Amino acid sequence: MSPDILQAIVLTIITAATPLLIAALGELVVERSGVLNLGVEGMMIIGAVTGFGAAQLTGSPWAGVLAAIVCGALFSLLFGFLTLTLATNQVATGLSLTLLGLGVAGMVGERFVGLPGVKLGTLDIPLLSDIPLIGKLVFGQDPIFYMSVALAIGVWWFIFRTRAGLTLRAVGDNHGSAHALGINVIGVRYLAVMFGGACAGLAGAHLSLVYIPQWVEGMTAGRGWIALALVVFASWLPWRVVVGAYLFGAVTIAQFHVQAQGLGIPSQFLSALPYLATIVVLVLISSNRRMTMRNTPASLGKPFVPER
Amino acid sequence: MNKLATTLLAAGAALAATATAQAADAKACWIYVGPIGDYGWSYQHHQGLLAVEEQFGDRVETAYLESVSEGADAERAIERFARSGCDIIFTTSFGFMDATNKIAARFPDVKFEHATGYKRESENVATYNSKFYQGRYVLGQIAASVSEAGVAGYIGSFPIPEVVRGINAFMLGAQSINPDFEVKVVWVNTWFDPGRESDAAKALVDQGVDIMVQHTDSTAPMQVAAERGIKAFGQASDMFAFGEETQLTSIVDDWASYYIERVGAVLDGTWEQHDVWGGLAEGHVVMAPYWNMPYDVAAMANDTEKRIMVGDFEPFTGPINKQDGTEWLAEGATASEGELLGMNFYIEGIDDQLPE
Amino acid sequence: MIRIELDRRPQHSTLFSILSPFIAVVITALIGALMFAMLSKSPITGLYAYFIEPLTEVWSLHELIIKATPLILIAVGLSVCFLSNNWNIGAEGQFVMGAVAGSILPVLYPEITGPLVLPMMLLMGLAGGMAWATIPAFLKARFGTNEILSSLMLVYVAQLFLDWLVRGPWRNPEGFNFPETRSFHADAVLPEMMSASGRAHFGFVFAILAALVVWFMLAQTLKGYEIRVLGASPRAGRFAGFSQRRMVFFAFLLSGALAGLAGIVEVSGAIGQLRPSISPGYGFTAIIVAFLGRLNPFGIVAAGLILALSYLGGEAAQISLGISDKVANVFQGVLLFSVLACDTLIRYRIRIVRPKPQPAPEPEAVKARLEAAQ
Repeated sequence: MSPDILQAIVLTIITAATPLLIAALGELVVERSGVLNLGVEGMMIIGAVTGFGAAQLTGSPWAGVLAAIVCGALFSLLFGFLTLTLATNQVATGLSLTLLGLGVAGMVGERFVGLPGVKLGTLDIPLLSDIPLIGKLVFGQDPIFYMSVALAIGVWWFIFRTRAGLTLRAVGDNHGSAHALGINVIGVRYLAVMFGGACAGLAGAHLSLVYIPQWVEGMTAGRGWIALALVVFASWLPWRVVVGAYLFGAVTIAQFHVQAQGLGIPSQFLSALPYLATIVVLVLISSNRRMTMRNTPASLGKPFVPER
Repeated sequence: MNKLATTLLAAGAALAATATAQAADAKACWIYVGPIGDYGWSYQHHQGLLAVEEQFGDRVETAYLESVSEGADAERAIERFARSGCDIIFTTSFGFMDATNKIAARFPDVKFEHATGYKRESENVATYNSKFYQGRYVLGQIAASVSEAGVAGYIGSFPIPEVVRGINAFMLGAQSINPDFEVKVVWVNTWFDPGRESDAAKALVDQGVDIMVQHTDSTAPMQVAAERGIKAFGQASDMFAFGEETQLTSIVDDWASYYIERVGAVLDGTWEQHDVWGGLAEGHVVMAPYWNMPYDVAAMANDTEKRIMVGDFEPFTGPINKQDGTEWLAEGATASEGELLGMNFYIEGIDDQLPE
Repeated sequence: MIRIELDRRPQHSTLFSILSPFIAVVITALIGALMFAMLSKSPITGLYAYFIEPLTEVWSLHELIIKATPLILIAVGLSVCFLSNNWNIGAEGQFVMGAVAGSILPVLYPEITGPLVLPMMLLMGLAGGMAWATIPAFLKARFGTNEILSSLMLVYVAQLFLDWLVRGPWRNPEGFNFPETRSFHADAVLPEMMSASGRAHFGFVFAILAALVVWFMLAQTLKGYEIRVLGASPRAGRFAGFSQRRMVFFAFLLSGALAGLAGIVEVSGAIGQLRPSISPGYGFTAIIVAFLGRLNPFGIVAAGLILALSYLGGEAAQISLGISDKVANVFQGVLLFSVLACDTLIRYRIRIVRPKPQPAPEPEAVKARLEAAQ
């Protein structure tokens, strides 16, 4: 296999993994604060449609990126209000958020159907982008890829190296004690939920501005759920989210390469591989109990109402 | 509560009033399997509906239901239409076949038209389909003429006869220009999932194909081809806007003339059951402008199109061997409609195994 | 700034237990009316189409029951899961596998007929769903694998498996290679209840029976107590001598069995053959139904009917008003949010905290207050 083809394949895998990575990192922060938001799919599609729409209206893909981030965060506030202020069940509220998001996005997006999108271009630095094997990988990708890398490092740094990150983890591990220590549990959680919404929105913008620059209904096609799976898969550690996202991307892309060889393996079996692989890895990771227990936010999914 | 009841009653009365005040001579109704926003299969059927509205104006009232799932929901949707005063109902997916026939038996006064199926169990059910494969033969000829690598990537939805027929026709066209032409087939198991389609397209480009053919509905493969600088064919709609330097041509589904004809027949009272496979000749399959190719290739494609149109030529004409080398059609023999309808084998020269 | 604060009620409010669904419906109706107005449709006609029109005709009531049957069956099983803190999100997959297992007889052995075929099919459907649910249960009990994700991933696997079957080995030999199995013979079809007026089948009876049985179990038996205790506090459950591991299996197998039954009932009663897709997401919608019904079997019956109504109403509104089916999704989302929000009233007293309105303060007074605050 020539270096060029290898580079092309790796690029394809990275593009497939980037939206998953971004959404999963956002959800990781949310879950670290003890909140389980199953509405990632819904927030993602809101990001996709608003990103596409804003880029279309202004002609600038960056306006799209911005709009997606803002709208993702605003949409997540709806979830925040119900689960944090009104202490509703997080699982049910998250599922409803997905349902609502898909519906709203479909309604908003009706006028965008069939329009060619505005594509967020890739970087192209003369000379540097032409270095064999790594040129395009390091210097020739779309801006959101670089944002995802920065986000991965930033989230890791934030959670494990800052005071605020410590507060976040404290809230997620034991909201009762955190409250007793004078931490504004609800406030922290609101911020985390909005961060998750912003990330899901950005992931959606990647879909409609980079991955496939167009708007079609239901274009997230279950990626939000995969992002959720990645967080558990990574046992709430950012670097593992990165590994997981790229692994999942690789399996997704590999099936098409296998098919193109014309071996006659039922394509349904190949399509099922990423899901089966996820289960296998989940089992492997969860069988290491100590490791999982240490990182699982103990208050995950439990509503918190401060006693007065 | 009392107020609510009065408003509801008023609403009911208002609704009844609109129902009686109906001025249209006929009501035509459509059921789509996907969203009309797919810019593919359902979108094109909806374009047909719009053409009917334009043609007949106030004489015809229209209605549609989109994203109707093919299980129990289909039967309910069709029955709702039959009961709501539709005179003719178009059910536009293969999966609606049994539901259409079931309801048709109970509503003998309503006309039913089922796309792509083969069951006509009562007098009021007609079936219709298009010979998209005719267009795919032309695509094959263009592909083999334009391709430098001699390999095309083919994104298939599902290995059903319709799609297999398309691959075979494409390959016959290609072989008529370059007997050694190759095709790499990838099944994505969906009609419509831009993400998967674009993943598949990227994988195919990475495998070294320089022509992209799709038998799925989204514009994603076209966009990937544009990004990677190879040529591609559109499907269902003219996708030129998604690849101005990429699209060679596109096989456009054009249901407008058929729908206008059939709704017109209902208005005239001349509607009769039939099974129609329209193709290039009937204008049900339309080739988008030939573009991004040398003049002589466009001329050849145009010529083939015209020959099929006037009936001089039919893609599935012998000699054709099956993949294993056994004879399928002898010299000069043409395939019967039954053979075309249920086609589930590759022809010789396709280096892929059809999943069983 | 205005803030909302919650005060836990000493006991659940009986008043709001009854009132809250109605408040939710009113809120939904108001938002819905606003939405219709924004789409420049008459709000009254819109709401009429959604909530009343589907109830005005007998055939439509039949359809309502057909649509609600799988939702109720699945959701009743899920309520046991959720109450015991087992997050089975993969009922859709169990539904599919139940349909597949239950279809073995009529598809592969169509020559076997007689009155025993249908009961056999139903049992096999039950077993199929149960078997598929065993996988996440086993993984959770044995390895501690997160069941939300394993059960969800298995949905995709089940759907692809069904797809492979109907396009490959189970394809109808007389079907021109189209992706569907042969149609079930008469003995394999679940009979209709009142075939004179519509096509509702006996599946609804199963759904009601399931709700009754599960209600009895939850309310009247030790098992029900065990489910609640383990769900509320695993630690307390352990002290009481209940096994969490056994509960994982119990909850998953029960909900899997009911989802599987729903699958074969849908295929045998409403569709009559297997096809590549047999469910418009019943397994996922049922999660919503379970919560809408507050995890109470009778509540679930009502919730299943309401959600089914919103689907039928969505269609009616598409036809009579020409609004898109997306509105139906939005509507369901709004309804759910309202119900969830209003349920808060049952457990909490809501207090709106705001600064008391005061005459515009003198600058001096502000300064004094600030100092006092420090």
